[in-house]
Amino acid sequence: MTDITASAPVVGRSLWADALARLKANRAAMFSLFYLTLMALVCVFGPNFTPHAYTTIYPDYVRTQPSLSAYPKPEMIETALQDVVRRMRADLEDWHEQDERVFVTISSPKTIDERVTRYLDRSDTFDNARIESKSPDGLKLTMSATVKKQYFFFGTDNTGRDLLTRTLMAGRVSLSIGLLAGCVAVAIGVLYGATAGFLGGKTDEVMMRIVDVLYSLPFIFFVIMLVVFFGRNFVLMFLAVGAVLWLDMARIVRGQALSIRRQEYVQAAEALGVGSGGILRRHIVPNLLGPVVIYMTLLVPQVIILESFLSFLGLGVQEPMTSWGVLISQGAKNIGSANWLLLFPAFFLVSTLFALNFVGDGLRDALDPKDR
Amino acid sequence: MLRYVFRRLLTAIPTLFVIVTISFFLIRVAPGGPFNQERGLNPFIKANLNRQFGLDEPLWMQYLNYLNNLLHGNFGPSYNLPDFTVTELFKVGLPVSIQVGTSALILALIIGGILGIVAALRQNKAADYAVIATATAGSTIPTFVIAPIYQLTFATTLALVPVATWGNGALLNKIGPIVTLALPQIAIVARLMRGSMIEALRSHHIRTARALGLSDWSIIVKHALRGALLPIVSYAGPAAAALLTGSIIVETIFQIPGVGRYFVEAALNRDYTLVMGTVVVIALFTIVFNLIVDILYAVVDPRVRYD
Amino acid sequence: MASDETILSVEGLHVRFHTLDGIVDAVKGINMHVKAGETVAVVGESGSGKSQTMMAAMRLLASNGEATGTVAYRGANLLTLTKAELNEVRGRKITMIFQEPMTSLDPLYTIGNQLMEPIMRHRNVGAEEARREAIKMLKLVRIPEPERRMKSYPYEMSGGHRQRVMIAMAIANDPDLFLADEPSTALDVTIQAEILNLMADLRKRLGMSMIFITHDLNIVKRIADRVYVMRLGEHPYTKALLAAEPTGHKDPVPKTTPTMLAGTDMRVTFKVGGGLLAGEPIYLKAVDRVSVTLKRGQTIGIVGESGSGKSTLARALLKLLPSEGSIHFDGRHIEKLDPQAMRPLRKQLQIVFQDPFGSLSPRLTAGQIVTEGLLVHEPSISSRERDRRAAQAFTEVGLDPANRNRYPHEFSGGQRQRIAIARAIILKPKVVVLDEPTSALDRQVQKQIVELLRDLQKAHNLSYLFISHDLAVVRAMADHIMVMKDGRMVEQGSPEQIFDHPHEDYTKRLMAAAFVDHAEASA
Repeated sequence: MTDITASAPVVGRSLWADALARLKANRAAMFSLFYLTLMALVCVFGPNFTPHAYTTIYPDYVRTQPSLSAYPKPEMIETALQDVVRRMRADLEDWHEQDERVFVTISSPKTIDERVTRYLDRSDTFDNARIESKSPDGLKLTMSATVKKQYFFFGTDNTGRDLLTRTLMAGRVSLSIGLLAGCVAVAIGVLYGATAGFLGGKTDEVMMRIVDVLYSLPFIFFVIMLVVFFGRNFVLMFLAVGAVLWLDMARIVRGQALSIRRQEYVQAAEALGVGSGGILRRHIVPNLLGPVVIYMTLLVPQVIILESFLSFLGLGVQEPMTSWGVLISQGAKNIGSANWLLLFPAFFLVSTLFALNFVGDGLRDALDPKDR
Repeated sequence: MLRYVFRRLLTAIPTLFVIVTISFFLIRVAPGGPFNQERGLNPFIKANLNRQFGLDEPLWMQYLNYLNNLLHGNFGPSYNLPDFTVTELFKVGLPVSIQVGTSALILALIIGGILGIVAALRQNKAADYAVIATATAGSTIPTFVIAPIYQLTFATTLALVPVATWGNGALLNKIGPIVTLALPQIAIVARLMRGSMIEALRSHHIRTARALGLSDWSIIVKHALRGALLPIVSYAGPAAAALLTGSIIVETIFQIPGVGRYFVEAALNRDYTLVMGTVVVIALFTIVFNLIVDILYAVVDPRVRYD
Repeated sequence: MASDETILSVEGLHVRFHTLDGIVDAVKGINMHVKAGETVAVVGESGSGKSQTMMAAMRLLASNGEATGTVAYRGANLLTLTKAELNEVRGRKITMIFQEPMTSLDPLYTIGNQLMEPIMRHRNVGAEEARREAIKMLKLVRIPEPERRMKSYPYEMSGGHRQRVMIAMAIANDPDLFLADEPSTALDVTIQAEILNLMADLRKRLGMSMIFITHDLNIVKRIADRVYVMRLGEHPYTKALLAAEPTGHKDPVPKTTPTMLAGTDMRVTFKVGGGLLAGEPIYLKAVDRVSVTLKRGQTIGIVGESGSGKSTLARALLKLLPSEGSIHFDGRHIEKLDPQAMRPLRKQLQIVFQDPFGSLSPRLTAGQIVTEGLLVHEPSISSRERDRRAAQAFTEVGLDPANRNRYPHEFSGGQRQRIAIARAIILKPKVVVLDEPTSALDRQVQKQIVELLRDLQKAHNLSYLFISHDLAVVRAMADHIMVMKDGRMVEQGSPEQIFDHPHEDYTKRLMAAAFVDHAEASA
């Protein structure tokens, strides 16, 4: 007999490879995937590179408009100076700018303590203050200081915190919560649904009845109760939220498991004498993976919206930590005076949701092409 | 059919019972109580208040009392708004929520339905893509973004409508909440309608109708649309229950005196009776609308029989 | 009776579909003519473009389809008519019925309503007259109690009656040309025959022309004046198609041959409905006291219409379904064995399913599928040895072993069925249940699979339980035949007895429907 294994077998194209090729051909999905990756990277690493910490408060820069050029603007220097001088309990005599330094002359009815330069240093606008000259009676003092250049690309919020850093921090929170709760929901849903679908019969009936009852409870009631229980620990809370969102997943997986179990290839495996473990591992799980992946991409935006929704109501993430929902809620309260507080976080949230949506659609088309 | 309705309402009782029981114990297990909020409340007064509302009795007694009251249609007093009973609060709030919700629902069904049909008839053409894009946007952008942006555009910038007030329900003040509430629903209805209409138009009996030379009107309206309505009907039932019992976000942002906002406030304040009342009302609406869906199903589809 | 007047002429018809994978040419330049009063059959395998030709003529192509060329009905090119002009022709001059009687009627309206609609549209008559006309049509297609049936909904009728209603709708406006796209394929054989007789009869009475699309040459012989054969969107290959009927017959095994598998008094009952809140469940007797004895090297053919319980019986014998009665395999009783104890025996009892698409897991390679049984029954062998055995099994069933790492969707229907057969024989079984193994395949491929099965039987001395509703295939394969109806065995015997001298009425009807020659001989 000739050695037939010698003929090198052709490598086949699995359904996964097909799906990947289809996904790659989908421009909207690929662009969205790229955008999401970028968004995740920027949110995770961005806050370390922005010039401000997300908790730093700049009293001089409350509700500052977004700008690409540096602050302070020339007209702001005088206001800031007046502010500082008032704190020194002195009068502003004169000021001018020269060689990147501001020269200030102040006067007071009482002798001026030289330590007043501290007020300049303490301000958000000035730095490196020093005494230039002092009148002999000590009632007049000339100081100089450099102007601190600050960049607020997205402007600042109500308390003078940099909105760019906060938006990125918020993204970190929102995205990680979406992923975390999404994974929890998928894990519970898949386990529950697969068990019900695989065991079938009475067990299945009882398990699904439980799901029905949970469905009929107002969902928001559940979530609010969880908030009440877990309070400010957002990780725990969103584990819990994930634990609520598994219902749909369980139904989908159960339906799939039931239908796969009825497929002839599973019957064929049973006829070969393959045990439950082998059927589960080789036939049911690989064929379930597609719908699970598709549903997961639907679930993540759902969780992000839910988190934002709770945060919007003040039930979610607590200050100084922030999330897109918190920022949008603050923005909504200030639409009259500072619309950027709404627009930037809203753009980040909505564009992320869109991208997730396109990736989900792309995956669905790729994994289940007949569903067009 | 009447017997079926009666039987369905009977089976709703155990469901309602389960919901009430789970909710009752869940909220009671939660830490805190209705009178813990007011700081420095004299412990004596607090104990008095607890006694007055029967909160010092064992939990199971309170549960039985609550069930008993509920059977008599009595939702009890509100703990945090002591001048009102829960029933009174609903009498004021529910009509407002229902009015806004119904308008939004009707708007969504009409506009969403038309958009979906147009898209299905022009499948893969410009009009279809426009509808898909709008529907994607509408269902992706959350209400709590749409509402402030609406206010920013129409109230603050263009000054066409008043900012975030109810103003006793003047029409101009209602546009905002109704539109914001309707937008996501329009998107969902349009998507559903498009899908089910495409499916219906592809079905074999439509091919038969075309082969028999029937008019477009008959094909689209008589033969395709009627079948395509079923998914919309099953979506609209639960959606109606949710819309009519008030939207937390929309009522908060537009300051509408409906019942939607009670839920969050009451849960946070441990206003037990008010929370329970809201749960029961939502559950009742859900049950009733699911029943309506089933009845409509039988009306649309002769294969569905309930006897 | 055909005159010389040509009423339909198709010239250079091309049909293309724009799909995600590019443009697919379904019909490539067809020419065809139909004269007044004649019946033309269009024959071809699935995918040959015969249906799409008729769909294109009726302008019923899916939205991604495009037709070029001319389809002239009495001089007017149907492909370029305006919609209003077209709708004066469709349903009035040319009508069409389809393969799917179960779904071709609108489920939401009564039969009467649907019948009256085309009458009112094309004849400009009132509802009352349309109603009378509709009842007349129902009588014409021999629907009993037509007045009462007018108020019925489609779901209340059988497939055969629905197809009759479709025919009634099609002929209601006294058309010139009647297109029938496999109108009997989805129906049981005995009902098929009735529908075909009805159509032939109506054609004579109404004097219309008819185009009959089918893949069944028996039907062609019975009703057509002329035949067009299509293949891959083009014309002819009559010869290959005609030669493709499975032929040959199997000699019976000697009486002394030992029994391999026997079932005595087999009963299978299904519970329908019932549950936590649902009412009383109904019990259906899917198999009712049937006994089978399968000897070594024997092939028992089990025939019957869908729902007769033939597949259920086979699965019960393999203990893939719970059943009552005693099962005897290779000298021991197996009816009481639990799945654990059955496992070692599974190696010797194999099954090949009907659907070569559904019976192979889409996520595994062909090689993995074929060797799955080895994982269970010979867990000790190395993966290299498994691979070698897979290649060997591939060769044996006539597949190129180089393709063993490909996935099922990369194979054709016939190749997939070969993979399924390889999966069964790699374990060296003694009994193989073949559950309609050729039904989903085209005639030519059917013939090859039948030959493969026959060769394998000889090589390994296999016993087959061959289930099919296709009597031609059974005749070629089996040396003993059982006829089943409604879960009971009606008749059994040698192929000669069953095919040539059936005793029972039911068997006679079955044979009459399946073999025209016999029908005419016995009539």
